[in-house]
Amino acid sequence: MINYAKFAKFLGKKALRLIILLIFVILISFILIDMSPINPVKTYISNVVVSQEQVASLEAYWGVNEPITTKMANWLGNILQGNLGTSLIYRVPVIDVIKERFTASLALMLSSWAFSGILGFLLGTIAGFKKDTIVDKIIKVYCYALQSAPTFWIALIMLMVFSVYLGWFPTGLGVPIGTLSENVSFWDWLNRLILPMVTLSIIGVAQIALFTRDKLIEEMNSDYFLFAKSRGESGWNLIKRHGIRNILLPAITLQFLGFSELFGGAVLVEQIFTYPGIGQAAVSAGLRNDVPLLLGIVIFSAIFVYCGNLIADIIYNFVDPRIKESEEDG
Amino acid sequence: MDNTQKGSLYNPLAKLNLRTKTLITIAATSLILIVVVISSLLINSNDITTNFQAMNQAPSFGHIFGTDWMGRDMFTRTLKGLGLSVQIGAGASILSSLIAISMALVGSINKYLDGVIAWLVDLFLSIPHILLIILISIALGGGAFGVTMGVALTHWTSLTRVLRAEIKQIKTSDYVRLSERFGKSKLWIARKHILPLIVTQIIVGTILIFPHAIMHEASVTFLGFGLSPHEPAIGIILSESMKYLATGDWWLALFPGLALLIIVLLFDLAGENIKKLLDPTSANK
Repeated sequence: MINYAKFAKFLGKKALRLIILLIFVILISFILIDMSPINPVKTYISNVVVSQEQVASLEAYWGVNEPITTKMANWLGNILQGNLGTSLIYRVPVIDVIKERFTASLALMLSSWAFSGILGFLLGTIAGFKKDTIVDKIIKVYCYALQSAPTFWIALIMLMVFSVYLGWFPTGLGVPIGTLSENVSFWDWLNRLILPMVTLSIIGVAQIALFTRDKLIEEMNSDYFLFAKSRGESGWNLIKRHGIRNILLPAITLQFLGFSELFGGAVLVEQIFTYPGIGQAAVSAGLRNDVPLLLGIVIFSAIFVYCGNLIADIIYNFVDPRIKESEEDG
Repeated sequence: MDNTQKGSLYNPLAKLNLRTKTLITIAATSLILIVVVISSLLINSNDITTNFQAMNQAPSFGHIFGTDWMGRDMFTRTLKGLGLSVQIGAGASILSSLIAISMALVGSINKYLDGVIAWLVDLFLSIPHILLIILISIALGGGAFGVTMGVALTHWTSLTRVLRAEIKQIKTSDYVRLSERFGKSKLWIARKHILPLIVTQIIVGTILIFPHAIMHEASVTFLGFGLSPHEPAIGIILSESMKYLATGDWWLALFPGLALLIIVLLFDLAGENIKKLLDPTSANK
């Protein structure tokens, strides 16, 4: 049974840490943006011809020439009221952009997260069980090669093979061009999700597969495993009862700790498949100097990564029975 | 005896012991990497000439990586790009490990500073790397400097963690306690007891940052935040190739990326083998 009082205290502590962390994330990103040569007024007016006075009045309105402390105080005050400002390139409130984009990205990231987790675990288990055979070697080479492959290059190759040559999938965009949003069917949407999802998955497989393989080999050398073997257990049953049970939790924990990498991968994959997600929004915001949107995305990405780490921590501290027992002993 | 003789019939490598094999791997990988860097330095940017009579040619014996839309030889461009990547990777990894060393040293002074360093590591890991590199690169105005600093400022965390743990372990060991009782100064202990033991970690750590640094530089450049478009970087070559994917110019994307993958793999291989050599306890794992 989970100790609820302890659990509540743990969550409270974690929430406090998140708040402190976010404050510092905001501080750092704000200082970085302030250092940059970006001029928000120029971004806002882009190519429109304006007079010197209009520029001056815009600068005064946005407080471009105020000291950084005043700027930051203003912005922090707005954030506390839930106002992240207005995106300069989409011309709608940042929070709306993030809501829409993050939902699309979550569908992509979570599906590939689950897919790569299951596939990686399976491959790792097979490789570990068939250690030093040709199957193991193939899986190992595959994993090492993928670990060294640039994400965006894999995405390019996938796009080239499946969209350009085979024509199985559209080359990009979240929905077909010229279709109204209410007419987009679930299948249209799914059709465009598959290729980015598969790409993101095959990249995510490597780490989890290698981890599972090493852990399983470790378990296979343990005394209880040898004992079970000598009692005559073999094959799938042996692996299931004495191997998988012991390596599943660490593997899931590792997968949750990978949220940061997942987000990074999504940024690149979304950019190549022009999938309308948060990563693509971050790149456009960065390239076109949309400061409010970029800062908003940084904050939400930090929350996303924190959630992954928090779940991993919970599994580690509260779900794994071995850790609970060793705590009671000590 | 019987076994080794049998093995040598099929595989000449089986005769060698692990140490020799490790040394051969290190020598071979370093040789390839050095050749790549030197040959890329020898390529003058003027040698990559435009030749509109040989536009968009598929790979052939004349141009083994094909040519691009301006008739430039892709093999030369790729080689030049790899050299650039390795140089930026080197700069970023060395900077990164310098940051990591100073962080670990600051952390070893007392408990509070150690807490601060641990928290700083968590802070830098809390923002996805690629976003942080983009932010830093934007802040520093982009270009080679921006992207090198971006990569350097995000990749010190893992080495810092390793060094912190190592230093902590050494500091609680018996011989350090003995030296303390003998009245040796903190500096003496750091120099005579701690430094010699963490040097291997630092060397291996720096080499193992390399592959990540190269890959992140290429990704960020690909997205348009790194090197400027007229530099012959791999990220630039690949982002250009995207425009020609639909017309079926597959060689523009395939070979430069594959070359980058091989370079990254070689660095990984070299790093792991140097680790085996310098840190024999890890070789038995």
